[in-house]
Amino acid sequence: MSLQLRHSLSLMTGDKQADRSVPPTGFTAWLTLFTAAAMAFLAVFALALSTATDRLADRWAAELARTSTLRISAPEDQMAAQTAAAIRLLETTPGVAEARPLTDEEQRTLLEPWFGPDLPVETLPIPRLIEIIEEGEGYDPTGLRARLQAEVPGAVLDDHTRWREPLVEAANRLRLLGWVSIALIAASTGAMITLAAQAALSANAQVIRVMRLVGATDEYIASAFVRRFTIRAFNGAFVGVVLGGIGILFLPDTEVAGGFLTGLGFQGGEWIWLLLVPPLAAMVAFLATWAAALRNLREQS
Amino acid sequence: MVIELDKVAYSYGGGELFSDLSLTMAPGSFHFLTGPSGAGKTTLLKLCYGELTATAGQARIFGQDSRTLSRDQVAMVRRRIGVVHQDCQFLDHLSVAENVALPLAVSGRASEAGQNLSDLLAWVGLTGQAAQRPPELSGGERQRAALARAVIMSPDVIIADEPTGNIDWEMSQRLLRLLVELNKMGKTVFVATHDLNLIRAAKSQVSARILRLKDRRLQVAGVDL
Repeated sequence: MSLQLRHSLSLMTGDKQADRSVPPTGFTAWLTLFTAAAMAFLAVFALALSTATDRLADRWAAELARTSTLRISAPEDQMAAQTAAAIRLLETTPGVAEARPLTDEEQRTLLEPWFGPDLPVETLPIPRLIEIIEEGEGYDPTGLRARLQAEVPGAVLDDHTRWREPLVEAANRLRLLGWVSIALIAASTGAMITLAAQAALSANAQVIRVMRLVGATDEYIASAFVRRFTIRAFNGAFVGVVLGGIGILFLPDTEVAGGFLTGLGFQGGEWIWLLLVPPLAAMVAFLATWAAALRNLREQS
Repeated sequence: MVIELDKVAYSYGGGELFSDLSLTMAPGSFHFLTGPSGAGKTTLLKLCYGELTATAGQARIFGQDSRTLSRDQVAMVRRRIGVVHQDCQFLDHLSVAENVALPLAVSGRASEAGQNLSDLLAWVGLTGQAAQRPPELSGGERQRAALARAVIMSPDVIIADEPTGNIDWEMSQRLLRLLVELNKMGKTVFVATHDLNLIRAAKSQVSARILRLKDRRLQVAGVDL
């Protein structure tokens, strides 16, 4: 192991002997533990938000990009003929893999959120929907619209573009907000730990004076505080992550309730993100305490 | 020379505490510094172990100009100078043994304590108090513990600031004997005290140079004191 790496690791782990030189201070200990736990708890939900929106954006982008809908509005006696004509036309259109009219059951399911179950679809003058699944580079929407206008006058092509893009953009924004929240949580944790470290350093001014008198370097004195705050932040964040993880586990099941909010959570390997929170909190505490300690020690001399 | 002050001045709060002060300390020498309260004895000692830097003139510690020392270099200098304060300055949450071994701990040599620490505690007569906390010690015991802490790194110089200020005459004599022993082992000893009886008592035991800080000047005191 190189000297540089060994030195960095020794700074991370601190010095037990130096740690013992500083008396335990209850107030800053609890403040650090509580802050780290609370911030880790919030970070779990911010992570859940980010991963859920990530999945949502991917799903919307993937599903909607490859499908489109043809809506046929025609008098009832022409509906079957126009639907058949549209299907024929679509089957000969390059880039269309499959085109099929939705069944009454599927149309009923689509309308159920607004009209409730058991809607008599067959007796209502509602348009017939044809689902189009694309292949390869997809079809030419301008050309298809022109052909439809000529051969199936009651057909309106919806290639999903006008509402797919805002949805994907909204999901991407939500994902970004999740990551910004995590960054803010990390910054707040750093600020709180800096304040706690400064309080501890001020409270131990006499201890620092004695350590200096006997030849302690700034690095040695700082390491006593750094080790303590790093361990506290790790432990606090661990507790926060466990509580946050339990909270996520007890959210309603996506499959049962459906919808975005109930999809908030982690799937499969995404749970590994949680394992990163305590080490990251420890890293933030390490950097915040190290900077605060060195600055404080320079000011005290 | 282990410590050299060349026309040193120190000003504080707009006023000059002393000026044009020169002093040299050879290895193995013994110096007493006396003078009235407020004359600047403690400040002069602090210049000698790098806690303060002179506002004029040059202070050289082990040949290095104290103004050019980095923070880490000052720490290294202090490992070569054992300091005993009147108020001792202990870490009250640690035991006497841990306090005495503190200089070894801060210099990454904690593992060297062992037998040395036991011998040192026996030398200052504190073997039975090793596990006690500093607040549980008497004034004399605290001073001896402070002396043990000052010498555990086997420093080149021992600086003591009013080491007998809070202890009785018998204990002062005991502490003086310890300082004289250290000097005979080749250590440079510099003691600031207003206790002239202590200085007189030392004359029979050691060849000491007696300095008086008065009216912002350092004078070599006469034998009559």
